[in-house]
This record gives sequence, C-alpha cells and structure tokens, in this order.
Amino acid sequence: MDMNQYLEVFIEESKEHLQSCNEKLLELEKNPKDLSIVNEIFRSAHTLKGMSATMGYEDIANLTHQMENVLDAIRNEKLAVTSDLFDAVFVSVDNLEEMVFSIAQGGDGKKDVSAVVEMLKKIEDGEDLNHDSSKSENQGNSLNQNHNNHAIQEYDDFEYTIIQQSREQGFSAYEVTISLREDCLLKAARVFMVFEILEQLGEVIKAVPSVDLLEEEKFDSQFSVAIITNDSSDDIHNKVMKVSEIKEVVVQQLDHLAMMNNQANSQATVLVETNQNDEVEKETHQHVQENSVKAAEKQVAATSSKTIRVNIERLDILMNLFEELVIDRGRLEQISKDLNNNELNETVERMSRISGDLQNIILNMRMVPVETVFNRFPRMIRQLAKDLNKKINLEIIGAETELDRTVIDEIGDPLVHLLRNAIDHGIEMPDVRLKNGKSEEGHVVLSAYHSGNHVFIEIEDDGAGINRERVLKKALDRGVVTEQQAATLTDKQVYELIFSSGFSTADQISDISGRGVGLDVVKSTIESLGGSVSIDSVESKGSKFSIQLPLTLSIISVMLVELQNEKYAIPLSSIIETAVIKKDAILQAHNQQVIDFRGKIVPLVYLTEIFEVPVETGNEDYVSLIIVRKGEKMAALVVDSFIGQQEIVLKSLGNYLSSVFAISGATILGDGQVALIIDCNALIK
Amino acid sequence: MGEYLSEDVKFIVFQLQDEEYGIPVHQVRSIEKVQYITRVPRTAPYIKGVINLRGVVTPIVDLRSRFGLEEQVNLDSLRIIIVSKDEMDVGFIVDAANDVIDIPLNIIEPAPEVVGAVQVDFIKGVAKLDKRLIVMIDLEEVLKVEKDRLLTV
Repeated sequence: MDMNQYLEVFIEESKEHLQSCNEKLLELEKNPKDLSIVNEIFRSAHTLKGMSATMGYEDIANLTHQMENVLDAIRNEKLAVTSDLFDAVFVSVDNLEEMVFSIAQGGDGKKDVSAVVEMLKKIEDGEDLNHDSSKSENQGNSLNQNHNNHAIQEYDDFEYTIIQQSREQGFSAYEVTISLREDCLLKAARVFMVFEILEQLGEVIKAVPSVDLLEEEKFDSQFSVAIITNDSSDDIHNKVMKVSEIKEVVVQQLDHLAMMNNQANSQATVLVETNQNDEVEKETHQHVQENSVKAAEKQVAATSSKTIRVNIERLDILMNLFEELVIDRGRLEQISKDLNNNELNETVERMSRISGDLQNIILNMRMVPVETVFNRFPRMIRQLAKDLNKKINLEIIGAETELDRTVIDEIGDPLVHLLRNAIDHGIEMPDVRLKNGKSEEGHVVLSAYHSGNHVFIEIEDDGAGINRERVLKKALDRGVVTEQQAATLTDKQVYELIFSSGFSTADQISDISGRGVGLDVVKSTIESLGGSVSIDSVESKGSKFSIQLPLTLSIISVMLVELQNEKYAIPLSSIIETAVIKKDAILQAHNQQVIDFRGKIVPLVYLTEIFEVPVETGNEDYVSLIIVRKGEKMAALVVDSFIGQQEIVLKSLGNYLSSVFAISGATILGDGQVALIIDCNALIK
Repeated sequence: MGEYLSEDVKFIVFQLQDEEYGIPVHQVRSIEKVQYITRVPRTAPYIKGVINLRGVVTPIVDLRSRFGLEEQVNLDSLRIIIVSKDEMDVGFIVDAANDVIDIPLNIIEPAPEVVGAVQVDFIKGVAKLDKRLIVMIDLEEVLKVEKDRLLTV
C-alpha cells in the first residue's frame, strides 16, 4: 500500500497530537488530581499509536504504547502523578517529536527508544507490579484474539447471558462477518462506518478482533461482530453492504452457535471457569472504557470531518488569482460609472458585493491564530526554568490574535530567541530576586494584539533590565559606536545597540552585558517580514521587547486621494476621519501649523511638500484633511481632494526601491495606473 | 570571460544620444513602449517612477540621467528596456532600441579611459563592429551603485 499520500496528513496530525500532549501535560502538572486531563492525553497517545503503527513507524508505536501504559495506570489510579513521572513522559514526548520531525524532513522516523521505554516500564513497574502483570495478560489476551480473526469462536458466560436474555425479550443475536476489499485504503474508516450502522440497528456486544485493534487497523481484511437486534439478517446484510469497499458480509443467526460454544466452555474445569469469569469482568470493564473513548472520538471525528487541510501553495495561487480579479473589478466599476447604464451598474454592484464576500473568505482562510506558535512556549519555558534553576511564571495574552500564515511560519524562531533571552539573562536567580525585594518567581508576559494595520507581539519580563553603562562600554570596546556618538545616545538608542551584529559575535559581551546573543538575527528576521522590533527597559525592573508586524494582507481598504495630478492611497486602518476646513481655522504653534480637532491640537502635514509634488493649481479657501493616527498620536494630512474609498491589491515596489520614505508600497488602479500607498506611521513623529 | 573567448553572444543594442550601447539578451526581459509613469517621491533624480508592467509594479530608470547625459526630448522612438537582475526587474528609458546583433566576445575590448561622457564604472567594455562602436553596459554596476545611494538618501 502506498503510504506516501497519507504521509503529510500523518505528520500534521501527529504534530497536533504531540502538541496537545504537551499542553495537557503542563495542565496536568498544575492539577495532578484531574484525571480527565489524563484521559485526553491518553486519547492523543492512543491515536498516535494507531496512526504510526499503520504507517509502519514501529519505534513511535512502541514508545507511545509504553506511554499509554503509564497513562492508563495513572487514570486507573494505580500510579501517582510524580515529578519523575512527568519528566519521563516529557522525555518520551520529546523523543516522539524528534521522530515525527525526522519523518517530516524525509527521514525514516527511526530512533533507539529502548532507554525511554525502559524508563517508562520502570515507572510503571516500580509503582505497581501487579498492574504490569495484568497488563501483559491483557496483551496476551488481545493477541490471542488477533489470531482467530475469522469468526467469533467463543462467547463467555457474560455474553452468553446477554444473548439469552435478549432472545427472551424477542431480540435476535447475529454474528456478522465483514470482509473488506483487498484494495480498501482506509480500513479503520470502514470499520467506523460499519459500526455506525450496526449501532443504529442494535447493540454490538462483541467484536473480533477487539474494537481497539480494529481502530488501529490491526487486522487483515475481515472482522466479526456480534450484534443483538430486532432487524432481520437480510436487513443487516443490506445495510452493511451500503458501506463502500466491502467485499462480503455474512450474517449468521447466533443462537445455535453460542449454545454450542457455551456448552464446550462449560465442560472446562472449574478453575478455568473462574479464571474466565475474571476475564469477563475485565473484558466488560474494558468495553465500557472503550465505548466511552469511542464515543468521545466519534464526537471529535464528527467535528473534524468539517475541516479539510489545504496546501498553502494552493491558497497562494487562489489569492493571486483573486488579486487579478480585484483589479479587474476596479476597472469594471470605473467603466460602469463612465457609461452610467443602469443594468450594467446593477450587475457590477452585485459582482462587487459577491467578490467582497469572497475576498473576506479567502483572507480569513489564510489567517491563523498566533496560538499555533505560542502554544509551544509553555513547555519550552518549563524546561528552561528547570535547567537554569529559576522559577518562572509565563503568562500568555491574546493567543487568539490572528496573523497571516506566512508571518506565522517565520515568527516562531525570533520569539524563541527573545523568550530565551528574557529568561536566561533577564530573570534573576530566585535568591537574587528575594534579596532585591521581588517575588521569587519571575514573571514573563507574552502578549499579542492587533492595532491598526499591524499586529504587536510583546515579551515583557520583570527581571534585571538592561544596564546602560555596560552596554555602552561593550559597544565602545567592540567599535560599534564612537565615544562621540555614545555621549549623545538616548537610553533607547543604547538598548537598540544589543541588536547590532557586533554584539552577537563575542561571547564575553553577552556574559557581562547579559543580553545580545544573536539578537541581530532576530532583528533581521523581523525586518525581513516588514516589521520592526524595539526595546524598553528599566534597570532592575525588567525589559520589554515589542515586535510590530504587518498583517501582510495583500488586499486592503484605502482612501484614494489626489495631490495635484497624482493619486495616492492611504490605508483606511490608520484613518480616523476626513474633514474639510476653512483656511482661517489653521493655527500656528511653534512654527508648526496645527488645527483644533475635537479639542485636540493636531499638526498639519502638507503631503504635496513632503512628496515634492509639482504644484500647478493655486490656493483655495478650503483645505481637505485626512486625520490619521499612530497609536495615541495624530496628524492631519493635507490633500487636494478625496477620490473615494477602494479596495486595492498591495504590491511591493520591489528590491530596487526598497526604502522610499513614507511609501509602503504601490497598487494598480482600475485604469491601469500605479498609485503609491502612503505609510502614515512614517509621517507621524 | 576566458572560456567563452570565441563565442558569440546576442546583444540588444540601443541608443542614447549619439552612442550605441549593448546589453546581453539574456538580461533583457522585454522592450516596451513608454507608458504612464507614476512618480515616486524622494528618490534619486534618475528614477522616473514606476509603471504597471502587466500587473507587476516595475521601477523605471532614465538611463540618460543615470549616465549623466542631457535629458532627452520626447521622441516617438523612446523605449523602455526591461532588464532582469537577481529576480529584480527594472526598466531603462532609452532613446531607441535599434536591433539585436551577435557579437563575438573576443572582440570586446576593455573600456577606454574616456568614452563620451559616461562614467567608466558603468562600462564593461567596447566592441567595434565595422564602423559601429558598441558600449557594453555593466548592468550590475548600473543597478548596484543605485541601491547604495538609495539607502543613504
């Protein structure tokens, strides 16, 4: 069977399950009493085991299997949740991650996991030897079942009683043997569908191989199920046959068979019988558990079937095509305006609305909550704190903030870097913190939020902060700045120095100044995404790294304006409002023209002057303004006239014109001309 | 150029003022008629702006003013040669795009100290074909120096 087509899905899903294991484990560490969390971890591990076994990754399957055993012992309260146990499970998850990543990178996913498995076994044994023996018995049992997978050969007392009783109540019992086609690809899915149908018909009392093994696709192509139902054997046959990829369904009335087997059983010795009774109990117990697990999985399956995975490249192509459409839409809108034909107007309006909706959908498809990056940090911080003997409390705010997929993919590494920095160099040792009158536990806040056209991600710690003098001294030693420059630098400029490349290369600097290992890489990565990073720090109080990122939405709403004969676009996200005022309402303050805008003094910015637009027409009595903001600050941009609001496709000016002042890009208008997009942030000091 | 000594390379030949210049054809993407150019403020004076080249915003350099020549009058023959370097497309405004010719690499001589008014930096060499003198442009220099200057603006 060619597994390649499933590989991608396998890798994605494995990563998700491992991530959820990590998260839940951290949660469990906080509430060791909450066994429902264990159940969830168990479920993830269980699925992972099944998937990896199907795909032929034995090492992963082995390790997850052993992990499952330990988790099972926990949820059955045979094992206490200890910190040793956590470490062991975390190590296993790490190992699993390593293997999955190796598969993702084209490796074979093989790894010597015997040491970890041994460790898990020891944990399992050390606490409860009995449990382990029962476990192996269980395994033997299921193995046994695995062998006779052609028809159910025996029914124990318990099952026999059920069959008997239900017959008395007018139900019949059938044994249904289902053979899947040889080329059936998703055996587990077929099993699931068969069970779904059977459960609608009546009660499934036994399956050979066990439900467990069936779900893991550990069977050839045939399995048998005992079912109690009202329906006729033909009904069962027909309904089950409706599932595709099934070769054959054989339905047999059970009564005879069961009777015979039972008789054979009762001939066995008393000792065996008691033994069996034990097993019956165990079996039912297992059944109940499995049923509940299955029910839960069914729910998951029901919701997950509503989503599909789409290759990001396809989304990119869709996006590019849509951009073309938006440009043509603009053109159409203009033509219909010029022609002023009612029917055409209506059609174009309708098309605009639909494509607007379409656009929202496409954009949203590309947006991913930053959570997907953030959720790997708690685990990392735990380890880091442990390694460094520090106490750290990580707080995550705004994980639901959404960012374009392309940015999400890139932002992980810089964040890891900054967080490590904050914990390694920022947060002091517990005793030092106590001495300085701080709480023993260091506090790190990782937050994300939207503002205007940007997303901000901040990392704030309450650690030692940055020592201006030390940074300066090292910068001077390294020749990053000159004495003269040093004297004039503001605190903020000094802190920025730790981002300079001179700082990252020398180890002793990072030891003394406390920060600066490879931060230049962080900075360049963020800048390559069109973002920026800044530092704020108060010595002995802590530091704050603030990253500003563009949403990189390639389609944005803008206000088109005219400056003499030139057209410019101003992103709607930074506009507060537009206004037309009389010239005599302009005031002078410190050589700067300002206006009184709703009680606030707002400086005027003459765009024609800033952009050196050739002026042709004379002065008028009125001034058209666009009030824009950058955070708290505002400015009033003076333009000649407003053209109107429009959706535009962001286009880069390219590498050749990479740093044009106050221009963040360009777009192509309906008439095919290029209009430049004004970067309001650059205009507000 | 050692191993290519005897090879012929196709060159796009264009005109600036009274001289003919050449760019290897593999560096040229297309030749366009002059269309509406959107001015980009606060850039170097020889950057005329950007055009919409089939959906791609492409910067346009006036090669005359880049080479320090007198700015051209509006000629019907004005063309934009789109060159491509490191996946970066830039258009050059030239007086006229004349033809495509094969030039054996071994007849290209190093740039003489003085070639008209054009700075020697931009010139890779000159080729003499019959009575024509064709100046080979060093595209990298023309674009690179530009980039450096932009950053300091």
